[in-house]
Amino acid sequence: MKEYWHSVDLEKEKCNGCTICLRRCPTEAIRIRDGKAKIIKERCIDCGECIRVCPYHAKKAFADDLSSIEKYKFKIALVSLPLYGQFKLNKDINRVFNCFYELGFDMVYDVAFAADIATSLQSDILKNNSTKPLIATLCPAIIRLIQIRFPSLIDHIINIESPMEIAARLAKEKASKEYCLNINDIGAFYMTQCPAKITSIKKPLGIKKSYVDGAIPIKSIYTKLIKIYDEVKKDDKIQQASGDGIGWARVGGQSFSLDMDKYLAVDGIENVINVLEEIELGKLNNIDFFEGYACVTGCVGGPLNVENPFVAKNRIRQLSQKYGKRSLEKEDVNKLIKDVDIEWTEEIEPLSILKLDQNIEKAIEKMELIEKIDKQLPGIDCGCCGAPNCHAMAEDVVKGTACLEDCIVMLRKKADK
Amino acid sequence: MDEKEKNTGIKLEYEIIKDDFSRAGEASSNIKRVLRQLGIDSSVIRKTAIATYEAEINVVIHSEGGKMVVNIEPDKIEITAKDNGPGIKDIDQAMQKGFSTASQKVRELGFGAGMGLPNMKRSCDEFYIESEFGKGTTVKMIFKL
Repeated sequence: MKEYWHSVDLEKEKCNGCTICLRRCPTEAIRIRDGKAKIIKERCIDCGECIRVCPYHAKKAFADDLSSIEKYKFKIALVSLPLYGQFKLNKDINRVFNCFYELGFDMVYDVAFAADIATSLQSDILKNNSTKPLIATLCPAIIRLIQIRFPSLIDHIINIESPMEIAARLAKEKASKEYCLNINDIGAFYMTQCPAKITSIKKPLGIKKSYVDGAIPIKSIYTKLIKIYDEVKKDDKIQQASGDGIGWARVGGQSFSLDMDKYLAVDGIENVINVLEEIELGKLNNIDFFEGYACVTGCVGGPLNVENPFVAKNRIRQLSQKYGKRSLEKEDVNKLIKDVDIEWTEEIEPLSILKLDQNIEKAIEKMELIEKIDKQLPGIDCGCCGAPNCHAMAEDVVKGTACLEDCIVMLRKKADK
Repeated sequence: MDEKEKNTGIKLEYEIIKDDFSRAGEASSNIKRVLRQLGIDSSVIRKTAIATYEAEINVVIHSEGGKMVVNIEPDKIEITAKDNGPGIKDIDQAMQKGFSTASQKVRELGFGAGMGLPNMKRSCDEFYIESEFGKGTTVKMIFKL
C-alpha cells in the first residue's frame, strides 16, 4: 500500500493547544500533545475543516507558490471551478482568466469546460447502471472518507477522472501539439480551493500519477489578479464552459447538469457521513446519483477560497444561468478525449486504519478493554486530555499513546483518594 | 490459555425504545463502528448493519420495546433482538416478503414494507425466530466470520 501523505499541516508556533480543531475533525485525526495540535496522518482526509475553524490560523495546506512554475519551460494555469465565484459579477471572468498571462503563464485552461466533458461521460455511465446510487468523485475528501469509513461503498464510486485531471491532460496535449513541446517541459498548475485537491495531485487515487504538476491556493493569487485586472492587455478567448460546467462549483451542480431527477446533493462533511450511513444500510436504493462535498456549499466553500461561500455560490448560480445549458455533442467529446485517458486505471483500496489489531482475538481483547476504560471515564468529552472525546481517549490508552492520568477528572479522583 | 480462549468475545447491549424513530439506527451504527475497529470484512459489516437496522426498526415499530444483544467472537457474530410483546400470530406469514401488519401511519413514514424479516434472514448465515403471541418475539442471527 502507498504511504499516506496529506497536505494539511500545523504551524506549531501559532497553535495554542485549544480544543477547537480537535472536536471538529470528522475522522478524529487530531490530538493535543504537549500543548500543540498533532495530526495523525493516516487518519487525515484533508477535508480542511481544521483550517477553517482554527482561530489562530495555525493550520495550513502544503501548496506551491507562483515561483514554482519557473521550473517548467511552458506553464499552464488550470483555472478552477470555484474561481468563477470569487469575483463580483461586474468583472468579466474571461478578463480575469487573461490576467494569468501577466502572472507568467503561457496558457490558461478553463477547468469548467472539462466539467462539461465530464458531464457527458457521467451521463453515459448513469444510463447503463444498476448500482444505486452512484457516487460522484469530484470531492477527493469524500473518496478518502469512503476508503476509511465506508469501504463497502467503494464499488459505488464513478471511476472517471475529475475535471481538473481531464483539463490537465487536454491542456498538455494541446500545448505539446501546438508548440511542439516535450511533455516534460510543460507544467500544469491548478488554482486550488482546498487541501484535498492538493493531496489528490501529490498522491492521486485511481491513477498512477497526476497530470497536474502543482497547486497554487486561490487566496494566494487573488489580490494579484485584482491588481492586474484593469491593466491586462491580452484578450484571448479562454472561458469556454457552459453554465452546466460552471455549476459544478456548487453543491447540486452536477445533478443539475446531468438532468437528474432522483439524486441527493449533500454538503458539509457531517451531513455527508450521515447520508453515507444510510446508503450503506441500503435505505437509499431508490436514488440514482449522490454528490457529496466536505465543504458547505460545495467547492466554492473550500477553505482556500477568498469569497464568502454563500455569496460565491449565488454567483455561480447566476453565472450558470448567464452561460446557459449547452450540452456537448457526443462526437465532439469523443474527438476531444480520443488521445487522453479519462478512466481510472487503479483500484481504490479500503483503508483499514481504524483496525485495532491484525489478529481478531487480540482486537476483541483490546475492544473489551476500551469499553471498560470508557465506562470509567467521566463521559463529558471535554478534550482536556488531548483526545476529542472520552471514547477516543479510551482507545488511546489501550493503544498506549495516552495514560488515564491525562484525564483531569480521573487525576482529581486519584488525588482525592 | 484454555480458559482465556473461552473468554475471547465481546458483548454489546442496546436498549430499544418503542415508537422512538429518531433513535432507530443508533445501535446499528454503533455495532458497525465496533466491527470496523475489529477489522471485520466490509461485506460482513454491511450485512450485519442491514440486519441489525431492520431488527431495530421492527422492535421500534411493532413491539413494546426491547433489547439487542451482540456477541462478537473470533469466528462469528451473534445478534439477538428480544422484545416485550405483543408477539407474532403466524410466523410463516410474517416471514413472507411484503407481508406487514404495520399501520398506515407507519407506512407513510416509509417503513412497514414487509421486507424486514426476509431481509434479516437473507443477510445472515443462520436465522432463528421464536414468538409467543401476547408475550414477545426473539430473533437470533448468526454471521460467520
